[in-house]
Amino acid sequence: MAAVTPLTDNVSRPAPLMVDARGLHTHYGQSHVLQGVDLRIHRGETVCLMGRNGMGKTTTIRSILGLTRITAGTVSIAGRDMTRAQTHDIVASGIGYVPEGRGMFPSLTVRESLEMAARPGVDGRRDWTLERVLETFPRLAERINHKAGNLSGGEQQMVAIGRALMLNPDLLILDEATEGLAPLIRKEIWRVIAMVKETGIASLIVDKNVNALMRITDRSLIMVKGQVVYDGSSHELAGKPQLLQQHIGV
Amino acid sequence: MDLSLFLIQTLNGVQYGLLLFLIASGLTLIFGIMHIINLAHGALYMVGAYLAFWLTSLVGNLFLAIILALPIALMMGILIERFLIRHLYARAHLDQVLLTFGLILIFNALQSIIWGNDVHSVPVPEWLNHSVALTDNLRYPVYRLFISGVCITIAIGMYLLIQRTRLGMIVRAGADDREMVRSLGVNINRVYTLVFAAGTALAAFAGMIASPVSSVYPGMGESVLILAFVVVVIGGIGSIKGAFLGALLVGLTATWGTVLAPNFASAAVYALMAIVLLFKPRGLFA
Repeated sequence: MAAVTPLTDNVSRPAPLMVDARGLHTHYGQSHVLQGVDLRIHRGETVCLMGRNGMGKTTTIRSILGLTRITAGTVSIAGRDMTRAQTHDIVASGIGYVPEGRGMFPSLTVRESLEMAARPGVDGRRDWTLERVLETFPRLAERINHKAGNLSGGEQQMVAIGRALMLNPDLLILDEATEGLAPLIRKEIWRVIAMVKETGIASLIVDKNVNALMRITDRSLIMVKGQVVYDGSSHELAGKPQLLQQHIGV
Repeated sequence: MDLSLFLIQTLNGVQYGLLLFLIASGLTLIFGIMHIINLAHGALYMVGAYLAFWLTSLVGNLFLAIILALPIALMMGILIERFLIRHLYARAHLDQVLLTFGLILIFNALQSIIWGNDVHSVPVPEWLNHSVALTDNLRYPVYRLFISGVCITIAIGMYLLIQRTRLGMIVRAGADDREMVRSLGVNINRVYTLVFAAGTALAAFAGMIASPVSSVYPGMGESVLILAFVVVVIGGIGSIKGAFLGALLVGLTATWGTVLAPNFASAAVYALMAIVLLFKPRGLFA
């Protein structure tokens, strides 16, 4: 395993940790899904989690968020131990979550979906408002009073990301946010992810588009059978096609 | 049949329907959002009526009694959810039915121990204890009109709360996907406690406000419970709008059934339910 490469340069010290998950073990019944996963995300850092299907990427995210109970390990968010905390408390310490499958509320309109999530960030800032989300996704402005259940997949994805941003998070978690979308919509989503990065929000991204991930992320983790087999700079990983070929098949 | 009888029975039916709405709305919310089948909901209606009777006999005024009884009902809802219902969210409906049926038995036994098994009446407050002329030869009790007015006000308030407020959005979102609501930083357990307590208070309030016209007697919760379930099924599970329309339909059918076909009256609401389900298997607004 490559060494962890925090966000450092020669003059600054590493940014404090937003997520510090150590030795996560998770079981689904008899199957041992996570087998000692370590995952660290620094403030402002963009990290991707790669691996073939069923390797434990989504379970890692769910375990950090407390949606799936871990059987061993510890989770700290923004310096606070959250190992046994409830999901709503974990999320309230600065996480915006865009789940696989988008997690729409079909009976709520676009406006309601965004407004119900609105809250100031941990430090009280309100950078992300309804207006700013609609500026970011002009398409949603046109659909503002439509029921989320009646939107296209791409529009729903925009609602899911906008909703997560309405929480004014310090960390955005995107699980397969471009899955099954038309190329133009994907481009739109990647544009927004890049913009979010510019604003200094940390991200944890699970996606199949390795090229986009290599371009946008600072650090990459590769998971194989519930373990992290690579954790290092995305820039370096991009130069190791054999690793990508071996573990991800691209 | 003359016009005045028609008018009186229709007004009675509407008033009964609106009262049923208060009970059914809590039942449908608790089932729609928390997926809990609460058989004890009718018992809470009975408790409300007995509280009204008991407190009115102490303080001498129904409205003062209601003001005193509502916090008791809310507190009961909070305690029942916190200590009993909360353990049932992850369990099968049969477990929920068993526990809430047990609650009916407990409430009935408590009622018998505390208040005995007599039928009691609650006096209508003085200023509402008269009737108004609707036509030349038709007078109608003001208190019944008052009940309808209060129920309509609550229905409008509930509609606004659920459709227009952030809390309402969270409640509706919780009915769609509770894990996602949790993932957005909302303490869904608190929302559940609130919904259950509000539902309990509504059922108890219906019992309080109805006590002067229905009188107060053992087992009064059970018949109301069954009708409230019929309303929920007709309206579509989880739908407040459906509960409102369903309650009016059931109220009118039950009232008119008693007048037009007394032998068939008790079956009329079920026939109504069957007809609705024939055309709308998931209820009117599911």
